[in-house]
Amino acid sequence: MPDAPRTLGDLALEVRSKNAGPFWMTLEAFMPDDQTYRIADALITAELISELYQVPSASVQLFRIPDLRVVKASFPRPITQGSLHDRDMHAGQHHVPLANVLCP
Amino acid sequence: MPDQSGPPDSVGILVPTGMLGGGFSPETITRGLCLGADVIAVDGGSTDSGPYYLGAGVAKTADRAVRRDLRLLLAAASSARIPLIVGSCGTGGTDSGVNWVADIADAICAEDGLDLTVAKIFSEQHAGPLIAQLERGHIHPLPPSEPLDAATLLRCEHIVAMMGHEPIEKALRAGADVVLAGRATDTAVSAAFALMRGMPPGPTWHAAKIIECGGQCTTNPAAGGVFARIDHRGFTIEPLDPDTACTPASVAAHMLYETVNPYTMREPGGTIEVAGARYTAIDERTVRVEGSRFEPAGQYTVKLEGAAVSGYETVSFTGIRDPQILRSIDEWAESFTKALTGRVETVLELAPGSWGADLRLYGYNAILGELETEPATPAEVGVMLLISAQNQQTATEISKLANPLLLHLPLPTMNYLPSFAFATSPAHIDRGAAYEFVLNHVVDVDSPTEMFRLEMEPGHA
Repeated sequence: MPDAPRTLGDLALEVRSKNAGPFWMTLEAFMPDDQTYRIADALITAELISELYQVPSASVQLFRIPDLRVVKASFPRPITQGSLHDRDMHAGQHHVPLANVLCP
Repeated sequence: MPDQSGPPDSVGILVPTGMLGGGFSPETITRGLCLGADVIAVDGGSTDSGPYYLGAGVAKTADRAVRRDLRLLLAAASSARIPLIVGSCGTGGTDSGVNWVADIADAICAEDGLDLTVAKIFSEQHAGPLIAQLERGHIHPLPPSEPLDAATLLRCEHIVAMMGHEPIEKALRAGADVVLAGRATDTAVSAAFALMRGMPPGPTWHAAKIIECGGQCTTNPAAGGVFARIDHRGFTIEPLDPDTACTPASVAAHMLYETVNPYTMREPGGTIEVAGARYTAIDERTVRVEGSRFEPAGQYTVKLEGAAVSGYETVSFTGIRDPQILRSIDEWAESFTKALTGRVETVLELAPGSWGADLRLYGYNAILGELETEPATPAEVGVMLLISAQNQQTATEISKLANPLLLHLPLPTMNYLPSFAFATSPAHIDRGAAYEFVLNHVVDVDSPTEMFRLEMEPGHA
């Protein structure tokens, strides 16, 4: 099989995003096994989240949960929920930039 | 059953659905009662759908859906002689939300001949006493918010305080069969009865967090309710739908859901710590959890939520299918904003900053905006223009100025006027007041119940 570019979303069981209250957003990558968890664990850094979501890297909180094979990232919403320029009320579609990251 | 001298061995909690009005099958209740439920707890609100519901003081859920769910729950509470606790009534947990659910409950009790004592706990706050608390230095910001000022409190249409379990326990001890609470922490609604009966706080709070969203902690979140039994060493949890399972992973993963930090969670009186929790499968659909802790805080704090009017809005919508425009859609959008700004300044003479516009190109990059790295040329685009102004008349007038642009604006290189596809006539809809959440602060209090008002009425029968 040719080596097609693989995204984090291709490897993951699910990559999701959601509000954590009106002022925070949280992202999670659920990986299917230890091997793909290690890839996600190495890939997802505060710098990556900062770049993808245009937020200060110091504002990003990362949680690495090998037992669940989950990497979770939380950061203050750059645009407060429900304000004029908020286009994603539940932040439910903001997982896509993370899911689209190419894996090494 | 009269209050025994010592605590029972365990307390069973039936959560029929993640949201009152969300619906559940009658079998959910039958099964929960068969498992020996000691209390029914259900959440009635959230901030998750945005600031409108708190700001306007109206519910997200439909009257008839709440009526239907409540009728089943009141009948169950009455027949099993167990308490029913509803938290964050009416979505925002305003006084109007509590009274709305209470009126529905009263009507059902009268129609169905139920003799239940209903307690209402109000959590709405006035700005005045909070300003006094602020001046005494008793109100603190939570990250990422700034310190509060009095003007922000005065701007709020509604302010609610999030109660812990204590006001609910107070109502239960006073003899309430049904507790209809204003804004409460999601966990307090499920934890209150178990804590009152002497269950340990670590497992109780952790169980309450896991079950508060109903079936979210199961392998099939759409299937609905869950049942937790809390004892002196931990808790067990299972779905109420026999074809659905709780697994160690599905239960543990629920601590991730809508939380900033999956290991610790602040409640008014302390912090739930689950980093040391162990999740074990008892059978293929039941999970045992032990090792959860609750660390009491030095200072009891009550969180505030408040929504203020951010402006008055009008939304317009048109569609673009012409490939020539779509190939240069960024250029078109830039030209649109420039043309609209010019029209508003010359015709309405509005100062910059006194109004706002958000042009959203659905099908192109509306949802992610600048985070969309390489949007493809779309086949068609839905253009939504959201206007915000200081009053509705101005928002409507700006939208009327935008109308010919949304219908005919050409690309700068075109020497004719295209016409786009309006979806409706008129192409704009007034949205009325729009709201924003402006509070993310806690109040230091001496007593867990001091900010909440309890009213109780005896039953009808």
